[in-house]
Amino acid sequence: MDFVNHIPIVGLVFQLIGYLVDVLPTISPIILRAATPIALCALVGVLCERSGVVNIGIEGVMLATAFIGWVVGVAVVPMLGGAPTAIFGITPALLVGLAAALAGGMLISLLLAWLAISVRADQIISGTIINIGAFGLTGYLISLLSKSSPVGAGSFTPYHPPAELTGIPIVGWIFEMFLEQGPITMSVIVIVLVMQVLLFRSRWGLRTRAVGEHPKAAETVGISVIALRYRNVVLSGLLAGLAGASLTMEATNSFQDGMTAGKGFIGLAAMIVGRWTPIGAFGAALLFASSQAIGRSISFAPPHGELGDILKQVPPQFFDALPYLVTIIVLAGLIGRSIPPAADGKPYERESVS
Amino acid sequence: MTAAAPARTPVARPWTGIGTTLAVPLVSILLALVVGAVIIELSQLLTPGGTFDVWLPLEAYRALLEGSLGSWNAIVNSLVVTTPLVLGGLSVAFGFKAGLFNIGAQGQFLMGVLGAVTVGVVLRDASPFVAIPAALVGGMIAGAFWGFIPGVLKATSGAHEVVTTIMLNYIALSVFAAVVNGPLRVKGAPSAVTTTVGNAALPILTGRNGHTGILIALIAVAVVSFVLYRTTFGFEVRTVGANPEAARYAGMRPRRLIVITMSICGLLAGLAGAGEILGITHKTTASYATSVGFDSIAVALLGRSSPVGVLFAALLFGIMRSGAGQMQIQTGIPPELVDVLQATILFFLVANVAIRRAVSGRRRRPRAAAPGATGDRFVNERVTN
Repeated sequence: MDFVNHIPIVGLVFQLIGYLVDVLPTISPIILRAATPIALCALVGVLCERSGVVNIGIEGVMLATAFIGWVVGVAVVPMLGGAPTAIFGITPALLVGLAAALAGGMLISLLLAWLAISVRADQIISGTIINIGAFGLTGYLISLLSKSSPVGAGSFTPYHPPAELTGIPIVGWIFEMFLEQGPITMSVIVIVLVMQVLLFRSRWGLRTRAVGEHPKAAETVGISVIALRYRNVVLSGLLAGLAGASLTMEATNSFQDGMTAGKGFIGLAAMIVGRWTPIGAFGAALLFASSQAIGRSISFAPPHGELGDILKQVPPQFFDALPYLVTIIVLAGLIGRSIPPAADGKPYERESVS
Repeated sequence: MTAAAPARTPVARPWTGIGTTLAVPLVSILLALVVGAVIIELSQLLTPGGTFDVWLPLEAYRALLEGSLGSWNAIVNSLVVTTPLVLGGLSVAFGFKAGLFNIGAQGQFLMGVLGAVTVGVVLRDASPFVAIPAALVGGMIAGAFWGFIPGVLKATSGAHEVVTTIMLNYIALSVFAAVVNGPLRVKGAPSAVTTTVGNAALPILTGRNGHTGILIALIAVAVVSFVLYRTTFGFEVRTVGANPEAARYAGMRPRRLIVITMSICGLLAGLAGAGEILGITHKTTASYATSVGFDSIAVALLGRSSPVGVLFAALLFGIMRSGAGQMQIQTGIPPELVDVLQATILFFLVANVAIRRAVSGRRRRPRAAAPGATGDRFVNERVTN
């Protein structure tokens, strides 16, 4: 089997495949963890854009909710004691923080919905306002709060699946990927599947898609375009809040200035690459996260042999840029094949009855 | 040749015209300052152990003005801070005119810094008359290239510029770090840093740091105004932005215009970066901290995409940014308040339609804050030629 590795070029491909087969089981839980906020943001995008509202404020909503979840945790942790539970390390303070992040996400999304739907402002500008405002306000507050070096509510801890399950040959690592996770990461796959079914198999989903494709026709058959758009954008705030909470209450236990680092925008790209479907968006988020994880893996533990020698010549910054490059290439490769809802981004105005 | 009919220009009631154009931004700024004051008051309650001072917001704004306009050096420094915002704002505004949303000013700015510092380092011992223009052009070309990529991607595959430019912002960070760590790195230096640009540095005109870039920004405002409103190309750009279908029927070629427009956006943002590195820092480490690219979006929106509007919007944000440090020293209020004020100003600008509608009780047609970006679908759309 070893001889194929020495064929020119083809050998390199085999070496790469061999390397991936080696490292993927180890890094797969990391990939899913990194994909979680991106996938949730992509779902926010799917929910909004399927009903015709462009939401580029996801980044801002996520940053704000990450802050809200953390800061509420800080505020309530002295009042609410309680030992963390054995599974997931849940404490009352964490739950209150999570609830605050979700509620905050819905509130901020309500503001966005008002601007986009009622004011009928340019939706890209509305989203930009949310982004700048969230960045400024969280930066302002964290700069004031960090003087007293506050202690947060900690974070959810990953579940450890039994060794019998992860020890199964060949498929064991898949169990590890999905189960060696905190509660938010673990819930993402469920949310993706539920949304996929609801969007394409339920009355709500049909109406949402109708409002996104042809609002006038939807209004004609008695669907309230405005109400449904409001409802979906506000509901999307729940998902953005979950994404924010995953940053400060699961991946880490503290808030850093600008910690979303473009994940909301990457989520939007994932939504487009996934053709506005929940499963597609999740797949795109996984693709992004795995190119990031593989890039890091290569720079930390490069493969041996010829392939490793070649990769050592590449500047390490290339691997930092890899996920963004992959996103652009995939996006540009989808020539005319990724088609958005027809009424996406267009404010809807009922014809006045006069 | 017959006598030409006197050109009919809309001169009727010029002052009311200017009044309504200025009223909405001015009221938005005032309301934003009020919101900022409320935030300062509320945040006093948050900080434990602090004393409550009702007049803190006024003190903060006073410190901000003192820091930005209190002395000649302060005024010059405000102009220096304004300079990249003017160029970045022009970059975003030029895109808006063509219906393109250039979030990539940040990356294009960085590439401009990189291009200028590369040329500057190479020509650091050459005559300033060669080195300065060459370094500026190097920055412009690098920025233009970073705008050209999303332009080509949009024109050929329909990949939306919002997503591609954001991705390119991150890639620019990596390219920047790779080049400064690699070819530009000073041999033997403990950390990655370039040498100074030497003779390519922009001369100081006045004050402590009033470099020539200020003049370059003013010239750019005039040039962009001229191109947009006095040339065929500018007319085509505005037509494509206002109505791509009509532009196509009129025989214009949207694809070509998209590529050229995005390249010009990149060129302007690149020039902003070149001005910063040649005028102020003169050398760089592997990471160049800046928020110019993102501030530029707010500047372009507040300036309603008109070059002169951008100039004044940049001046406002430049004053706020340059005074923020003094505000923090004197009153302990974090400089991020400026970002909050920016967002609030934009919020009131956008919401003014709804507010006026609520006040007058009448329904009005919504006015888009940025022409061109309206109804722009966030999509992979096929651009037809």
